[in-house]
Amino acid sequence: MKPISKRMEPIPASGIRKFFDLILSTPDVISLGVGEPDFVTPPHISDAGIKAIEEGYTSYTSNWGLIELRELISEALKHEYGVDYDPHGEILVTSGVSEALDILMRVLLDPGDEVIVIEPTYVSYKPCIRFAYGEPVVVPTESSNEFKPTVEDIEVKITDKTKALVLGYPNNPTGAIMAKKELEAIANLVNEYDLYVISDEIYSKLTYNGKHTCFSSLNGMQERTILLNGFSKSHAMTGWRIGYACGNREIIEAMMKVHQYTMLCAPVQSQLAACEALRNGEESCKKMVDEYNRRRRLMVAGLEEAGLECFNPRGAFYTFPSIKKSGLSSTVFAQRLFDEKKVAVVPGNIFGECGEGFVRCAYAVSPEDIVEAMNRIKEFMEELGV
Amino acid sequence: MTFIMDVLEILEKNARTPTDEIAKMVGRSVEEVEDLIKQLEEERVIHKYKTMIDWEKVDREYVYALIEININLSEGEGYDGVAKRIAKFPEVRSVRLVSGAYDLSVVVREKTLKDVAYFVADRIATIEAVQRTVTHFSLKMYKEDGEIVYQRDEGGRLAVSL
Ligand SMILES: Cc1ncc(COP(=O)(O)O)c(C=O)c1O
Repeated sequence: MKPISKRMEPIPASGIRKFFDLILSTPDVISLGVGEPDFVTPPHISDAGIKAIEEGYTSYTSNWGLIELRELISEALKHEYGVDYDPHGEILVTSGVSEALDILMRVLLDPGDEVIVIEPTYVSYKPCIRFAYGEPVVVPTESSNEFKPTVEDIEVKITDKTKALVLGYPNNPTGAIMAKKELEAIANLVNEYDLYVISDEIYSKLTYNGKHTCFSSLNGMQERTILLNGFSKSHAMTGWRIGYACGNREIIEAMMKVHQYTMLCAPVQSQLAACEALRNGEESCKKMVDEYNRRRRLMVAGLEEAGLECFNPRGAFYTFPSIKKSGLSSTVFAQRLFDEKKVAVVPGNIFGECGEGFVRCAYAVSPEDIVEAMNRIKEFMEELGV
Repeated sequence: MTFIMDVLEILEKNARTPTDEIAKMVGRSVEEVEDLIKQLEEERVIHKYKTMIDWEKVDREYVYALIEININLSEGEGYDGVAKRIAKFPEVRSVRLVSGAYDLSVVVREKTLKDVAYFVADRIATIEAVQRTVTHFSLKMYKEDGEIVYQRDEGGRLAVSL
């Protein structure tokens, strides 16, 4: 048989798959490996989806997404971040940020175009760039700077092929957020080198110290930024597959072309549930954030007691402790912790080379499980004798 | 204020959360948390710590009944007097003054249906000011005090996702 596309070759087959499959098939594991809220969607939002189906909303919508939803998104962005997006032509409703990432790369990149990705990184960025024939260029960061890139770190990686920079703050996997000042410095760089910024702000509501800065709210950045956001994390709606992209007309129009031929539209029930989330979801969101915040502190304190160094994560729902003290690699640490203590964590090297020596622990799990997991990690460290 | 609210919310969910865990969750010292809890107990913001028990699992059956009570104010005792009188019976789990077609909403727990019937006949209906009672026996409990008590599906979340 003829070979499948060479484009697939550099995409890691994910050797980690086997480990994950093992976790998935083992009962009674305490898993800190989750990448989504442990809450179910708030009932008032679920009810809006149910009602939509019962009332016969079971068809396609406008390719752009329901105008009602686009208007609500526009209002929310203006209200929260002071950014102004026209619901007619500057907002596209997608099946999650995931779809938006894919179609955005396809409309933005020509073969060989370079896109800068900050590592440790969310796992989808590099593959999406490659699927679109682009070249990911990695900027590694360090725990000593809370895994935040400096302008210099980024600048040395810019070439005349660089087209865009991906920013994802609050960050998966590190929990880092960027202060407004730090983002402003990056904005100047972006201007200087005429780059686009792909700003994945899916965790924007989940911040604990300091407010989220929307990248397109920075001076001159709106036309250069493609803002991606959604409802998966803020409203515990990962399974609804609903998100959106905002940007200048040219880009959003182009994304809409790909979207209309590949996805057609996001599920209508999910769009109507998202409307409810934007209209009345503030309180249920805040409740979840308060709860995450308590669990965050509980986990950080527990990791410290277990002897693992961890910078204080300020957003999303992940901690990214160093496991260097164990003397083990991230993969071996995760494997042994699972074998010996039935606690699942994600090895940090999955998120980029500079993630080696770290593991990702999600605190989107119950406080009881956090306490138990931390006790077991502590035992594990003690048994290692370090 | 958020310190107080945080501590109360944690304790409302699980009254047995150890103080050091609470301290970690709210980012305060154990002493600060202990002092606050003591103060909240003294001020009766925290009324009491109680346990939700599934008595059926240890073969003790209880019958719950919701009793609607109408009160005749001309008897002079008033809502308050009747409510307090009813509240004193140990069989009575809760007493609320409510708006609408009746005045007091009372939950009674007894060992048998008959016990409930006797209790209503002998203890409640005999109060002068009680004009009328309607008794509803509880058939199945789904949620109590904010806690879902039926077996729930887990929702199929994956143990790992990136
Ligand atoms: C940083 C980041 N971006 C995007 C996504 C995907 O979001 P959506 O559910 O909207 O596709 C995730 C989910 O884990 C994420 O962590």
